[in-house]
Amino acid sequence: MDTEERSAGDRPLTIKTPAQISSAAPRPLSNFLKATLAVTWKDLAAEFRSRELFSAMLVFSLLVILIFNFALELDIKTRQSVTSGVLWVTFAFAGTLGLNRSMAVEKDRGCLDGLLLAPVDRAAIYFGKVISNLAFMLIVEAFVLPVYSFLYNVNLFKAGLLLVILLGSIGYTAVGTLLSSMAVQTRTRDVLLPILLFPVAVPVLIAAVKASGGFLTGDDFANILPWVNLLIVYDVIFIAIAFMVFDYVVEE
Amino acid sequence: MEPKPIALKVLDVISIILLGVATYLALVFAPTEAVMGQVQRVFYFHIGTAWVGLLGFLLAAGTGVAYLVTKDAKWDIIEVAAVEISLVFFLITIILGSIWARPVWNTWWTWDPRLTTAAITELIYIAYFMLREGIEDPDRRARFGAVYTLIGGVSAPITFMVIRLFRTIHPVIIGSGDPGAQGTFAMTGGMKVAFFFALFTFTVVFVDLFWNRIRMGNLAAKVEQLKLNVMQ
Amino acid sequence: MITVKKLVKRFGMKTVLRGVDFEVQPGEFVALLGPNGAGKTTFLRILASLSRPSLGQVNVAGYRLPDQAAAVRARLGVVSHLPLLYGDLTAEENLRFYGRMYGVSKIENRISEVLQMVGLENRRRDLVRTFSRGMQQRLAIGRAVLHDPDVMLFDEPYTGLDQDASSMLDDVLRSVAAQGRTVVMTSHDLARAEDLATRFDILSRGVIAASASRKELRKSNLLEFYKKALAN
Repeated sequence: MDTEERSAGDRPLTIKTPAQISSAAPRPLSNFLKATLAVTWKDLAAEFRSRELFSAMLVFSLLVILIFNFALELDIKTRQSVTSGVLWVTFAFAGTLGLNRSMAVEKDRGCLDGLLLAPVDRAAIYFGKVISNLAFMLIVEAFVLPVYSFLYNVNLFKAGLLLVILLGSIGYTAVGTLLSSMAVQTRTRDVLLPILLFPVAVPVLIAAVKASGGFLTGDDFANILPWVNLLIVYDVIFIAIAFMVFDYVVEE
Repeated sequence: MEPKPIALKVLDVISIILLGVATYLALVFAPTEAVMGQVQRVFYFHIGTAWVGLLGFLLAAGTGVAYLVTKDAKWDIIEVAAVEISLVFFLITIILGSIWARPVWNTWWTWDPRLTTAAITELIYIAYFMLREGIEDPDRRARFGAVYTLIGGVSAPITFMVIRLFRTIHPVIIGSGDPGAQGTFAMTGGMKVAFFFALFTFTVVFVDLFWNRIRMGNLAAKVEQLKLNVMQ
Repeated sequence: MITVKKLVKRFGMKTVLRGVDFEVQPGEFVALLGPNGAGKTTFLRILASLSRPSLGQVNVAGYRLPDQAAAVRARLGVVSHLPLLYGDLTAEENLRFYGRMYGVSKIENRISEVLQMVGLENRRRDLVRTFSRGMQQRLAIGRAVLHDPDVMLFDEPYTGLDQDASSMLDDVLRSVAAQGRTVVMTSHDLARAEDLATRFDILSRGVIAASASRKELRKSNLLEFYKKALAN
């Protein structure tokens, strides 16, 4: 944009004709990326300072694992079969907590309007939020995995499992970010997100649990592959849908 | 208030008569299935209602897209009608399915792909109505509703595929390929009559309910408008 | 600089703006006055490209809304009664973030310039959360002028400010207007508007009921003019 070159001193009162700056022309990709990264950077900078989200998500995750331990009597035999389920329920719950908070921050001081007023593609705002939400979720997972390994003496650091966690988290945050930006604009915003998110996130959660379980029990890769493929399909489809409909969610 | 269109009144009557005939065909006319016995008769309405639920589901996702493209409020009314009808009929399907499943599979509920997908779709519908409930501005309510039906419309088939990756015990009646499924049976002539008649009947019932529900939505919109006129 | 013709805005079936005609010349400072619920905020949100007009033409800084919204946004600074700032970022981090979003070049120089203008250079490394309401509002104005916009919109900027903070905000607003920007401000505080604006438009029941420049108002005072406009 040509505003870059002007400063407060020499402002022309004449209006540039639309021919000079065409809004119809597609904005260059670099601007899109810059805006996306600006949003992500802003979220991460605020979070690293307050650590509100991390601490809430992390403590919550540990509590969930603790409760599961007694609810399911996680002895060696059951552990084999339920570890992937326990992990994904923990991630999903903690993820909802993070998604809710991350969007509530935008609504608090009217910041969502501030973002929408910027001359950037709205999809850039969406992707910026997705990346920061994904980062929050991955960081929490990076804490939970070693703790779980330590508590139950299972090795969770297998390349396949880490890949599944990445793919599952991408799909979950892609849909979750879209739905949380809808949820914060409703009267019932505090309770609505999980109700909206869980029924449509069923495919990611099931596929992720199955694939993780497969990698943990050392199943044949051929048996795990369909689940991994499903995760990839889900991620691609829902990122594309969110990209197309995000405008409708934030416009008035 | 405008009177109900004659065609709609006629369709109401036809629907009721067809339902009566279909009931007769299913409960009396069709021969009793040899293995499962009388309970198999539930099957005709089970498929009929499932078919209506599916029609409503497809229409809802389609009208969601239509609303987002055109921003025409009529699509919102149609979408709500489709979701409501689909919600009710999937519920009936699930209940009828359970009645069948109890003696045949020896359980009320199985985590079969179709059954589970229908149940999750019901949850999506409930979430849809809770979402709409929380929004005052009618335009935003319509937009969010459309976005959510679109998301639900895409995720439900994926859910179905995911659950089908587990082994299924649900019988595939027409074009059956899975010999291992329990409760499978071959349809005889009388059964086919009852089956296809039920399918036809429920399609007519669907059109009738859909028409009535859209008319109701339009009337509700008109009432809203009149209220506003009085207030101003 | 701003041309609005026959603007209509509906929320569902409720009509908030019913044919607003509004014109602002470059360099004017227009105070948009009116009772609560007259549609001031809605009107400003449409000018700000945050809300779409239902009918009518809206031109801001030479571009049509809503289809050339991106071009309008690049030339527009908005201050609302909410600060649009992040509490967990410092003053300069907030400005740096918005600077990136607007593609401002030589960001660091511009941040210092703006902070000096709103009198917050000694608080630049403090979290916005720790700021008083008045300081937040001044920083909000800094945020709005960061990309050197041609047109500024103020929506009730004095909401929730005490006497001292208000008079400080007065100074900042004056200096913003003195830089040759075109300003539209909504307010229900007639005294403040009278001090600052060069023209006064009264919005009532969804239309501009009256408009007068500062010169025309010499004979009668603003309060009389306002009451007369609402009585019609």
